Amino acid sequence: MSLEQFMNEAISPWLKEEGPDSDIVMSSRIRLARNFDHIPFPILAGQEELEQVVEFFKEEYEDHSFGPYKDFEFIHMSKLNPTEKRVLVEKHLISPHLSDHAKNGATLISQNEQVSVMVNEEDHIRVQLYFPGFQLEKALEQASDFDDWLEEKINFAFDEKRGYLTSCPTNVGTGLRASVMMHLPALTMTQQMSRLIPAINQLGLVVRGIYGEGSEAIGNIFQISNQITLGKSEKDIVDDLKSVVEQLIEQERNARQQIVQQNGIQLEDKIFRSYGVLANSRIIESKEAAKCLSDVRLGIDLGYINSLSKTILNELMILTQPGFLQQYAQQNLSPDERDVRRAALIRERLNLEI
Amino acid sequence: MECQECHERPASLHFTQVVNGHKTEVYVCEKCAYDKGYMSQEQDSLSLHNLLSGLFNFDSFQLSDSKSPSASHREPQSLKCGHCGLTYDEFKRVGKFGCANCYKTFDERLNPIFRRVHSGNTIHNGKVPKRKGGQLHVQREMDQKRSELQALIHQEEFEEAAKVRDQIRTLERQLDSEQREGDQ
Repeated sequence: MSLEQFMNEAISPWLKEEGPDSDIVMSSRIRLARNFDHIPFPILAGQEELEQVVEFFKEEYEDHSFGPYKDFEFIHMSKLNPTEKRVLVEKHLISPHLSDHAKNGATLISQNEQVSVMVNEEDHIRVQLYFPGFQLEKALEQASDFDDWLEEKINFAFDEKRGYLTSCPTNVGTGLRASVMMHLPALTMTQQMSRLIPAINQLGLVVRGIYGEGSEAIGNIFQISNQITLGKSEKDIVDDLKSVVEQLIEQERNARQQIVQQNGIQLEDKIFRSYGVLANSRIIESKEAAKCLSDVRLGIDLGYINSLSKTILNELMILTQPGFLQQYAQQNLSPDERDVRRAALIRERLNLEI
Repeated sequence: MECQECHERPASLHFTQVVNGHKTEVYVCEKCAYDKGYMSQEQDSLSLHNLLSGLFNFDSFQLSDSKSPSASHREPQSLKCGHCGLTYDEFKRVGKFGCANCYKTFDERLNPIFRRVHSGNTIHNGKVPKRKGGQLHVQREMDQKRSELQALIHQEEFEEAAKVRDQIRTLERQLDSEQREGDQ
């Protein structure tokens, strides 16, 4: 299969679109946790009870559509091989927990891959909805409509006092986790993130580096999400996150301008060196690839590089993950082999643009 | 900000030490945090999970001093969910509920936990499911209108207040008739 063809199938359609503020906010996500009211939560439910949940989803929703989210595909985890599961994790359509640990786990994915429902993860139902760029309100609105649609047929575990009941006390109430994925290279370069992260934490939000071990942010990509799910309305949760993200966007833009003004030539040099590495290396580790991709994306945003499309960072961050590399190679690869394939794939992808 | 120990790497961790009431703040990188003993390697293995069950252990924590008289004050042995069989001890250890009914069974002990996890909040203030919520929707709307009414009266905006008052009456009638229907 050609790379172009592979990519067309591999990259979620919504990810190819550009959303508002997409120079900094890569994507917005809303996740809702829900449970059936009479079935024990997956952690304690019996095999038969979980089977009941899976069957219900298959019967009621397979091949159905809801608004713009068409033709839901129903996939049972037991039907997938490890590479296929890994690819779904790398696309953020399912969690590592659902892939590796869930008993009787399944997922329901809309054709455009904007909506995925995890079945029998930590809760019976985890709805996820993605939007490109900074579109938290729209994502919340659609997630809420989708939730209403599910509620037509499902009696959710709900309590007037505690709200939507979830297996983990950290999700009770709204069951809502709103998050954005942000590319913050200038704030990282100017070492402002170490100052900002504790401040953001104080506001009841969590900052995580994604694609990294622990707190390290590989590719300068950070995920920011709400911690509190109980006692605040969905709208307030999203508004609070939104206002912090807006400030971060502004600070990142300022930091970028500042670097351009004060160290323009050094920045330009850094960007084009990274471009050179991506365009020419024969072996590249994921960490180095992520760092260079981040630089190149910044170069595109600042107008130093005009020949590449903006979605290249989003695309290649996903395509160069181990699962995708193995799927493209159609075989299992050792880490060394992956570094060679990764370099080849990146070169090939850059060539598509020229 | 650079690490205060090695002055090479950026500081990624911030520690506040309080010794005899004297507070010092340190900004260090991860490596120095381990090397200089601000942090032990074992902390790495602390998952959110452990942290959570640690949070729930506060009552046993308070009782841990065996000399204190409260140590004899043991919690009742068998607080157990009648639906899924999870005991309160298991819940504290695992940090997860077994089913919806656990929330009722352990209700009295949950407020301190929720307060810790959700910045002091214990009561849901968000969405209510359409079917199941029923009257709760109307009730919520009425509560909201009532506080709106108070605010308007306070601001002496009586014309607006009268409008809101009429809206509350409509909602009250709606609730009344729904209740009567429910009784039939």
